[in-house]
Formats: sequence, C-alpha cells, structure tokens
Amino acid sequence: MIQNWAIISTSLLYLGVLFAIAYYGDKRAQENRSIISNPYIYSLSLAVYCTAWTFYGSVGRAANTGVGFLPIYLGPTLMAALWVVVLRKIIRISKKNRITSIADFISSRYGKSPILGGIVTVIAVIGIVPYLSLQLKAISISFQIISTHPGIHVQGEPVFHSLFDDTTFYIALILALFTILFGTRHLDATERHEGLVAAIAFESVVKLIAFLAVGIFVTYGLYNGFGDVFTRASRIPELEKLFTLNKEVTGTWGDWLWLVFLSMMAIMFLPRQFQVAVIENVNEKHVEKAVWLFPLYLFVINLFVLPIAFGGMMHFSDGSVNPDTFVLSLPIVEKHNTLALLVFIGGFSAATSMVIVETIALSTMFCNDLAMPILLNLKFLKLDQRKDLSSLLLFLRRSSIVLVLLMGYFYFRFIGEYFSLVSIGLISFCAVAQFAPAILGGIFWKGGSRTGALAGLIAGFIIWVFTLPFPSLVQVGILPERILTEGLFGVGLLKPYQLFGLQGFNPISHTLFWSMLFNVGLYVTISLYSKRSGIEQTQASLFVDIFKYTGGVEFSPTWRGTAPVKELHSLLRKFLGEPTANRLFRDYARKRKINLKETFEVDADFVQFAEQALAATVGSATARAMISTVVKEEPLSPDEVKSILDETQQVIAYSRKLEEKSRELERATAELKAANQRLQELDRLKDDFVSTVTHELRTPLTSVRAFSEILYDNTDLELSQRQHFLKIIIKESERLTRLINQLLDLQKIESDTMDWNIERIDIVELVKDAVQATSQLMNEKSITLDMNVPDQPLYINGDPDRLTQVMLNLLSNAIKFSPEEKGLITINIAREGDQVLVSVKDNGIGIRKEDQGLIFEKFRQVHNPVDGRPSGSGLGLAITRQIVEYHQGKIWVESSPGLGSTFFFTLPLASEMAMETSPESSEQPQE
Amino acid sequence: MAGKILIVDDEPNIVISLEFLMNQGGYEIEVARDGKQAVEALDKFQPDLVLLDVMLPYKDGFEICQMIRENPKWKHIKIVMLTAKGREMDINKGLALGADAYITKPFSTKELLEKVQEILNNSSNDA
Repeated sequence: MIQNWAIISTSLLYLGVLFAIAYYGDKRAQENRSIISNPYIYSLSLAVYCTAWTFYGSVGRAANTGVGFLPIYLGPTLMAALWVVVLRKIIRISKKNRITSIADFISSRYGKSPILGGIVTVIAVIGIVPYLSLQLKAISISFQIISTHPGIHVQGEPVFHSLFDDTTFYIALILALFTILFGTRHLDATERHEGLVAAIAFESVVKLIAFLAVGIFVTYGLYNGFGDVFTRASRIPELEKLFTLNKEVTGTWGDWLWLVFLSMMAIMFLPRQFQVAVIENVNEKHVEKAVWLFPLYLFVINLFVLPIAFGGMMHFSDGSVNPDTFVLSLPIVEKHNTLALLVFIGGFSAATSMVIVETIALSTMFCNDLAMPILLNLKFLKLDQRKDLSSLLLFLRRSSIVLVLLMGYFYFRFIGEYFSLVSIGLISFCAVAQFAPAILGGIFWKGGSRTGALAGLIAGFIIWVFTLPFPSLVQVGILPERILTEGLFGVGLLKPYQLFGLQGFNPISHTLFWSMLFNVGLYVTISLYSKRSGIEQTQASLFVDIFKYTGGVEFSPTWRGTAPVKELHSLLRKFLGEPTANRLFRDYARKRKINLKETFEVDADFVQFAEQALAATVGSATARAMISTVVKEEPLSPDEVKSILDETQQVIAYSRKLEEKSRELERATAELKAANQRLQELDRLKDDFVSTVTHELRTPLTSVRAFSEILYDNTDLELSQRQHFLKIIIKESERLTRLINQLLDLQKIESDTMDWNIERIDIVELVKDAVQATSQLMNEKSITLDMNVPDQPLYINGDPDRLTQVMLNLLSNAIKFSPEEKGLITINIAREGDQVLVSVKDNGIGIRKEDQGLIFEKFRQVHNPVDGRPSGSGLGLAITRQIVEYHQGKIWVESSPGLGSTFFFTLPLASEMAMETSPESSEQPQE
Repeated sequence: MAGKILIVDDEPNIVISLEFLMNQGGYEIEVARDGKQAVEALDKFQPDLVLLDVMLPYKDGFEICQMIRENPKWKHIKIVMLTAKGREMDINKGLALGADAYITKPFSTKELLEKVQEILNNSSNDA
C-alpha cells in the first residue's frame, strides 16, 4: 500500500513539472526561440490521441476481445497516410483564414454561418464532455486502486466522497488553472500555445515510458518473454479463443471496418486533435514526418497490450479484478511500489493531457461560436455600446474553461459510473464523426452548401443521440425498459438499437451506419438543390482551391467598398483592447504606407485585414457579423467574387511566370558568363600561339633577309663566302617551308580534317624504308646504325605516309643530337601482346627529367646546353605524338642527360582475323 | 669611331650575319650563345654595346637587360634589343627595362648599322 500523501505529492510534483515546462516553452516562444518547432514535438503532441482509455482501456478491451482493441489504432495509422493530402490542406486553409477551432472551420467554410458554428459546438460539447469525464474517472479509479490495494479486491469503480474530500475535484481545478494560465495568454485564439504544447509532448513521453515499463515488467518480469506469455495463455480455453479472429470475441469484419473508419474520423475531427494538429501546428512541413512518426508511437505503445491482458487474466484468474485496471493492479500485487507509482503517473499524464487540450478546444468553441454570438444578439445587454469588450471576452474564455471542466467532473460524478472506459470513448468518436461530411466535403467539393451541411449535421446528431446516449439512460433507469424492446412511443421502427428494423449490428456500427447514411445523404442531396449565397461561394472557392490562392499574393475578395477608419478602429478596440487595436492599425498603415490620421475611409483590403484580426479572436462568424455593421457597401455578388478570384489566380500565375522568367534569365546570364570566360581563356591561348608562331617564322626569315641584303650590298664578296651565305639562305628557306607545312599538318590533325589513308601495312618494312631514307644523313655524321628487327612482317592498320613521318622525325632528331664520328643509333622492333613496340635510341646529349614530358608539347624545344638552340621548329614531336595517338598508340621518352635518349612508341597490331584474309595467307586453297 | 660589341643570340645563322655586319662597321666583336655566356662576357669583354636577343637559354634577354641596368659598373653599356618578339607589349617591356633601342627581327641591315653607330656616337659625345 502506498500512502495517500505520497501519491498526492507525486501527482502535485508532476503537475509542478508540467507548469515549469509550459512556462519555459512560453518564455522561449516569446524570445522567438521555439522549442516546439520540429516534427518530433509535433508528432508527440499528436499522441494526445492516446488517453487514459489507451493507457488502461486497451488492456481491458484486449482482455475481452483479443486483438479487437486494434481497429482504434489501425484507423489513425491509415489516416496518417492520407495526412499529406488532407491535413496539410486543412492546416493551410486554417492558417490563411485564421481559424480558431473545428466549429469555426465549418462555420467559415459555409459562409461564416453562426448557426453552423453553434450547432457544431453543441455537438462537440455534448459528445466530448462524457469523454472528458472518462479521463477524470480514470484518474479517480487509479488513485483508489493505488491507495487501497491490496486490502480488498477492487472492481475498478470509484467510491465517492463528499465533493470537498474528492481528490479528483481538486485535480480538475488544478487542470482548469493550468489551462487558463497557458491556454488564454493571448486573446488571439489562433496564436499558438507553445508552452502548453511542450507540456503535452512531455506527457506523451511520460505515458509511453510508463506503459513500456509495465509491459516489460509483465512480459519479462512475471513471464519469460512474449513466447512464454502466449504459450501459457493458449493453454487456458477462455484465453485461447482470444487469439483467433473469432466473430463472437473480436467482432465481425464489418464491426472492424466500422471501427477503423470511426477512428480514422476521430484522429482528424476530435476537437483536441484538430487543436494540436491544425491550430498549434508551427510548420506545414512537420506533417510529412508525423505521417510515420505518429503511427510508430501508436505501434510502440500497443506493443505490450496483449501480454499485459493475458498476464492479468492468468494472474487474476478468478475474475475479481476489472481488466481495465490490470496495468496498475499487476505491479501493486507484485509489491512493486515504484513501478506502480510510475504507472499511476503515466495514466495521470494520459488523462491530464487529454483534459487540457480538449478543454482548450471546447472552451474556444464554446466562447466564440456559442456564447459570444448569443450575448451580442441579446439587445438588452447593450454590449454593442460598450467601448471595450476584450476583458469580457477574456473572462468568458476563462469561465468557459472552468465550465467545461466542471461539466466533465459532474458528468463523471453522477452518470459516468455506469459506463466502462471504452464505451464512452466510442460514443464520443461517433459524435465527432458527424463533422466528417461537412469538413471533407467542404475542402474537396465546392458544391457543398450551408443548408446541406446544417441538415446533415443535425440529422446525424439526432440519430446519434437517439441510438447511443438515449438508450444508456434506460440502463441508468431514467427511462423505461420498454423503449428498447418496443421502440419509442411503441413504434417498432424506432427501437434505439434496431432503428428502422436494422439488426445484426453492434450499437456503435449501428449508430455509425444510420447517422452517416443520413448525414452524407442529406448533405449531398440538399447541397445539390440549394442556392448558395455569394459569401458561401467565395468561401467554398477559398477552401477548395486554397493551394491556388496562396501563391504569395494577398487578396480580399469578400468586400467591396469602404469603411470609416474610426468605426473600424472602435470595433477592433472593443474586442481586442485598445493597445492591440492601435498596434494592428499602426503596423498595417506602415505596411501599406497610408497615413491613418488623414484618412477618413479605408478600402476593402483594410476591411479584410480587420476582419481577419477579429476572426482570430472571436471566430469568423462573429467577426463577419461585426464587420458588416460598419462597412458601407453591399458584399460582392457571386459573379464579381468569381471574377476577382479568377483575377487573383491570374495574378498568381503571372507572378509565377515572372519568377520562372527571372530564374531563366539568371541561368542564361550565368551560362553567358561561363562561356565568356571560356572564350577569354581560348583567346589568350590563341594569342600565345600566334605570338609563338610568328616568333618561329621570324627567326629563319631574319637570316634570309640579312644575308640577302648583305649579298646585295657587297657585290665584291669572295665566291666561297658568297656560296656559304647563299646556302644559309636556302637552308633557312627550307626551314621556313617545313615550319609552315608542319603548322598546316598540326592544324589539320587538331581540327580533325586530316585525310587519313588507313591501310594494312607492315611496320617492319616501313621502319626499314625510313632508315634507308635517312642513311645519307647518318653517313655524313658517320653514325653507326644498329637494327634489331624481326624477320616476320608485323601488320598494323595505319596511314603509311604519316607513320613514315613519325619515323623520319624520330630518326632526324636522333641524328641531330648524336655526336659526330662516335654516334650510335639503335632501332628495335618487338611484339608485345597485341601491340608492336618501336624504339629509336641515340647516344646523344640526352634530355633532363623535367623536360621529358614537355618536349611533346607545341613549341617546347629543349635548349641544348652545349650548342644553343636546336634548329627544329618545335612542332615535330607534337605532330608525331598526335599521329601516334591517332593510331591508338602511345609515345614516350626515356633518357638521362649525357647518355642519350630512347624514344618509344606503340601501335596496336591488326587482328589475326584480318591476317587470314591478307595477301600472305591467300595462298591457301579457297573453297 | 669604333667600339666593342657583344652579340648575344642562340641562332647560329643570325650570329654569322651579325658578325659579318659588325665586322664591316669596324667594331670589335664577341659572341655569347646563351644567358650565362652573356653575363660572363660582360665582365671579361667589357663591351660598349650589346646586341641582345630575348629568347635565350638559361637567362632571357629581359633579365640580362635588367641586370645590366641594375649594376652601376655597367652603367655605360648601351643595349640594343634585337628579337623576334614583336608584340607591342614586348617592345614596351624592353624599353621600360632600360634598352636604348628595340629592333624586331627580321631587321634591315642598314638600319641596324646606323642605329648602332648613332647610339655609340651619342655615348661618346656624352663622355
């Protein structure tokens, strides 16, 4: 047994932590350093879906129906997959229209209808308050169990003390205080409650940890893992049937489908889910991660439901303990007080988070969509003559919170005891499911009308009341038993559980079937046949085509004409308070660059702005009603609205096009810049090339001119000297010609316009011919030649003239650099795989290591350290390399200064196949 | 009046022609075939004028020109750049480095001789 004081002080301590977190969250938000602006906190806050019902009730339901507890979690998982389409759209619409609650959303969609907002609020309050009380009941029961066990076997029903002795009552009050403190800091209900959301996310973590802790304790502490629990349970006949999808136990497939559908609607349209998912959403993008994070949370928290259920059933096999309390009872009877306390706090967090968020959502609706419109319409209150209603509004908001919580508390005290945890939850789900047609239809179908939505909602709600809460009044004993058996007023078709004679459904599926049939049916049919007002059509377009109209262009299609500044200001002052109104006006005037002091009337855009500011505080319906009292002109006709919307769309399309154009321009500019740089680079290269070429051309020309002039001016020269000079002129002219030819060759190769005559040639023969051609030069310098070539021909495919040019070039280089008399040139030809390797070796001056790579480049001559510059053009080796590479070969040099150089080049041999058809092999008899 | 001329060029045939021309003009001649030889010859031969090519092994003509102008003991040496590098940029560079004349190849033998004579005469007048 755990002492009362310990439990109470732990609870209070926990609440204290919540206050601290919420305070910190708000403080950070004020400093613009949000702690909730990330998809993880967002997903955790969505887990407010898991209430005490999940925490305690899932195990209870699993104990009765086996895997029958799952549909409630399958639905949201399925729905999450659709979030990117549905939820994102709802969020975008809500941000754009400054929606404050689900009632406001529906009201705004159908022409800012106050009646619709009121009806939705009534349905939500009546539908949700029992659910709220369920949470208080869970807190109360868990408190009793943990404080009285193991004295007596507890059935899990609350024992009531007087109001002032009841801990639950005080907890409800503390929760009210928390909600008021962190939920009504701003009058603007569209402002996010960052601290509150942070606290909710924290609670989601706590309940998850607590549930996992007890799950692990049961599965691995009391038993030996999942396998052990299930094996043992399967030996007990009553438990064994829970394993199968047995119709009587887990429900029919139909029941499953209805439950999945129901919970799909619940995750979207429960006021608290709408609050955290839409109103408190910081960034639309967070939805993308929540799509898998939230289902993951559901999966983890449900992991241990079955083991705990089976464990509990086996542990309390006499049925003395209500399965809804297994989570808590198991640690208690095992005397694990700390774990029990943790579980208690886990359940407490599940309950409180739901209560807080639901209260905020309900009280906003209650205040904005029910109380405010009614109060403003009560003429005798003369509210419209009061100067400042903002404090009244705040008071109203706060009292709504207390009121909603008290309703929950008293429901729990006087009626709640007759229901188990799960049934109340499902009844609430059915109530909010009635919002589905109006919302989903409203965001995807422009044809949905106000009257259609109204009729559908009312019909669905009446059927819900008649088939779910109504018969439970019979169980309580308030209404006579015969209504169930004989029908209302004795009419057999009006039996609450067999409406219009429908049988074979469980109560939930039954209600859902009839209410949805009527709701959707009336919504669609009446919408098709009703005439819609201008503002209805405007809002319909705005909602359905939200992504078309939010392209960064502001527009204000609902009002034409003007409003007096003074009256607009006093209206805003009335609801928002003087400072806020002044600030809004000042900011707006600055943005639009207008001087309000000199302006008497403002235009439609300003009016639209004022309406939105007002809507954020009092809801769109009231805001609309208030604004219409000060605006002079009539609202626009539907056609005009349509044309304005079209225009807006065109402007958006146009601005998109412009953006695209400017992006294209930027791209083009960048490309131009790059191309220009490349051109400049090429230009510089060309410049260098031209400069080098002219230099090379000028050099022989210099000698030619100088000697020509000398010969011309000196007619009396000796014959031998004359001959010498003339020979120089001839040589230099030849050099000039060679240079020009080589330049042309190089240009042809580089520009790929060279005519290559590729044929099958014997490289050995070609080398021998080239050597023959240079033998005269070698003889002149008395150079010794060493030929080392194969006897067999080696065939390659190539241009014989060009390859001869290669050989001649290498040979003449070798001759040029070889010493006279002692010169030795060695020529090698060898086959290496599918290549032939040719080398030309000399014993000349050699080439320095650092120059060996350079010599194959254009105009890169290596200066001869002894004789000055060589008399080449500087193009020979460049051309040689180009020719060899054209033939898919490689060329390189190995050398050490003073010891000579060896030039190597390779060429691919012609294939064997070709060999067979070559003339040499054609001697074979042919077939 | 005659003087001492250092011919710095690595192109043998051009050297032959310059030798012939300067001989005709009655000058005393020394030949250097690269930058290194040129620097050695400056001290050894003590020329009055240098006919300086630009593209030379080891040390190019611009460097040699700069070296001569930076050293006070060679202050009196006249420099005629004689090169195939004919871009405006090269000419400006040569003159900026302190050459007395910049003649592009191919050159007129007459003009070259006259230029050399003119420069040497001016320098003797100065002295």
